Amino acid sequence: MDFINAIVVLTNFTIIPALAYGSQLALGAIFVTLIYAVLRFANFATGDMMSFGTMFAVLLTYYFQSIGLGLGFLPTALLTIPFAIVMMILYMLLIDKFVFSYYRIKKSPPVQFAMVSVGVMFVTQAIIRIIIGPSDRRFLDGEKFILKATEFKEMTGLNEGLTLKSTQAITIVITLIIVSIMFWFLNKTKTGTSMRAYSDNEDLALLSGIDPKRVVLITWVIAGVLATVGGILYGLDKSYRPFVYFNNMLPIFAAAIVGGIGNPFGAFLGGYVIAFAEILITYAYKRFIAYLVPESMEPDSLMQLLSTDYKFAVSFSILVIVLLIRPSGIFKGKTI
Amino acid sequence: MRKYSNIIAAYSIMLVLILLVGIFQSWSIALTILNYCLISAVMTIGANIQWGYAGLINFGIMGYTALGGLAVVLVSVDPVQQAWQAGGLNILICFWIIVVMIVLIRYLLKYFNKSKYRTYGIAFIIIGGILLLRLTATPGIEAIEAVDPAKTGFLGGMGLPVLFSWIGGAFLAGGLAFIVGKIALGLRADYLAIATLLIAEIVVSIIKHEEWLARGVKNVIGLKRPAPYEIDLQTSQWFINLVEKFHTKKLSMINSFTERQDALSQLVIDASSIYVKLCFTGLFLSVVIVLLIVTQKALYSPWGRKMRAIRDNEEAASAMGKNIVKEHLFIFILGSAIVGIAGAMMVTNDGLFTPGSYRPMRYTFVIWVMVIVGGTGNNFGAILGGFVVWFLWVEAAPMALFLINLFTSHLPETNSVRVHLIESAPYFRFLVIGIGLLTIMRYRPKGILPEKIEIK
Repeated sequence: MDFINAIVVLTNFTIIPALAYGSQLALGAIFVTLIYAVLRFANFATGDMMSFGTMFAVLLTYYFQSIGLGLGFLPTALLTIPFAIVMMILYMLLIDKFVFSYYRIKKSPPVQFAMVSVGVMFVTQAIIRIIIGPSDRRFLDGEKFILKATEFKEMTGLNEGLTLKSTQAITIVITLIIVSIMFWFLNKTKTGTSMRAYSDNEDLALLSGIDPKRVVLITWVIAGVLATVGGILYGLDKSYRPFVYFNNMLPIFAAAIVGGIGNPFGAFLGGYVIAFAEILITYAYKRFIAYLVPESMEPDSLMQLLSTDYKFAVSFSILVIVLLIRPSGIFKGKTI
Repeated sequence: MRKYSNIIAAYSIMLVLILLVGIFQSWSIALTILNYCLISAVMTIGANIQWGYAGLINFGIMGYTALGGLAVVLVSVDPVQQAWQAGGLNILICFWIIVVMIVLIRYLLKYFNKSKYRTYGIAFIIIGGILLLRLTATPGIEAIEAVDPAKTGFLGGMGLPVLFSWIGGAFLAGGLAFIVGKIALGLRADYLAIATLLIAEIVVSIIKHEEWLARGVKNVIGLKRPAPYEIDLQTSQWFINLVEKFHTKKLSMINSFTERQDALSQLVIDASSIYVKLCFTGLFLSVVIVLLIVTQKALYSPWGRKMRAIRDNEEAASAMGKNIVKEHLFIFILGSAIVGIAGAMMVTNDGLFTPGSYRPMRYTFVIWVMVIVGGTGNNFGAILGGFVVWFLWVEAAPMALFLINLFTSHLPETNSVRVHLIESAPYFRFLVIGIGLLTIMRYRPKGILPEKIEIK
């Protein structure tokens, strides 16, 4: 019994939150990696682009709520996803046309692209703050929990409760759906193959008649979907605050590089690696161990490897270690 | 002379802008902006050495700035004797444990061939060392943080004059740059950018959360100053006489004695804050001028030529027998050390150390915009960039407010669009900086004052 209790504690406080957080990071990391593979630059506007899409979801949620449109027990925000994605893609294409395409045609070095994306980051941040302001917003409605701790305790008769927030379940399910559609698209369809060819060797791809404009367009469309959905899921699970989204760029980069930048599958796993590392290293194991060892040996301290203040630092340290030992990432990077 | 005409023109415009702020807003604000412009200029000189001379992209400027700030606390604050007695020994032991760990790992790496056992050995040393560190550090840290937590709760510094801390900041930042350079300099440009950004985040989060070191997010206030205090000036006779001399005409117009005394004391209060700011301006200006002369000399020296050769073609420079790894590491340390000086200068100017305020937006990306906008590879350009961008960063909000009021003046006061726009005026600074950066990168990719290297 104690053993099951211990497992429940661990699942409740580490595994479920890490899975949800990892899914959100994974979507962002695939977005980064896709831009890196096809358009060949590190996009420093990642966090703010995600924030931009989410902003529309927040505003539309408020609008739908005011006219009484909803999905019952599901959050209204799910209804706004398609609209937010469309706005996001339009914004990305606009930026691509006025900013990035010039440097792409000139074949500028990646560093210049990165600096341009810093400019885009500033502009996007300004637009977001002017439209919606910098404050913290919650836009979750509908049923909050799928499984409550008390219900679980009654059901199983255990000491420990297991909670499953609806946002966590939604996050994991939607991520799996989106990612599997994307991998199917990249690997099985003709357009996906042409994208991979373009990423692999641009000149050869052009010689074999692949239209670069089309590849770029499709990339931004997929990127728009990933950025918006990732942003909305994060916002539903925690809350929407532009500054936090900007900061999230850093663990997302870490996830993309740890997985091997340019490799979507690597980025997908990288997201979970970063999330699990962050949560497992900063979790206080006191209660978990208390169930496993006899009462006399119960630990006095929190049994925490690092305090939660260092949550971000953990993921960055992992990145530094990966860069030192295996600079190409866990899975070999570059090429999708 | 014609060679320098655009440099002189650009700096004159900048000076006029600051004077305009002085006339229209207040001289105190103008001097504050000027001081921060000078501090930014030091940062851009540092970033320009790395990016403009050697082509190294360092997005970790925030970390070096924070370390410079930390140096002010560690050098100039008086030591907290009680805290040293309570836990100083533990911290010193920890320091030695770290040294022993590093020596052991170096020994293993040097004298044993690469094998599974060596890797296990290193892992064992690291894990064992960390456990040992935690065991020794925890009671010490708790004891230190318990010493009068509202006021101190940290070890304090060395109690030296604050100007020494600027050198200390350079050494701390340079030391970090050495470690970062050893780890990350082999990476490709954009990887290097991300890696340095993340390492800087780690550094800042350590400064934020290790309260025994510099009080962390509880901030250190009331730091020493290399300039006199306003309150001392206001009571010293020579300063009052000086102010009286400046304003004899104005004061003689007032007839009543008491009114004249009141007017004088008000003038003295205003003048004292301006005097203090002028002292800082003098100090900062001398740092900028010294750095400018040194970097300018370096740029035209054989060493500068070597760096440009490495930047423009690594393979060719390497084939000519230049040690690229060494030169990169050296210039990375040099640039970071200058940024460290700037960080120390900034904390000295503010008189307080607030680790929570170090954010990548303000201390990395804005500095980079300064370098790109000003002109990479040209020291005059980089300094100008620091001035222009900082000026815009501060003055964008008032200017935006003015424009919003102008364009919405036909709308009623309570119009929701107008109210919303006025509320969001501070965020127009991001827009101005972003659009400025994009425009410069597109139409003048080498910056306002581009790099001009003449071969004599």
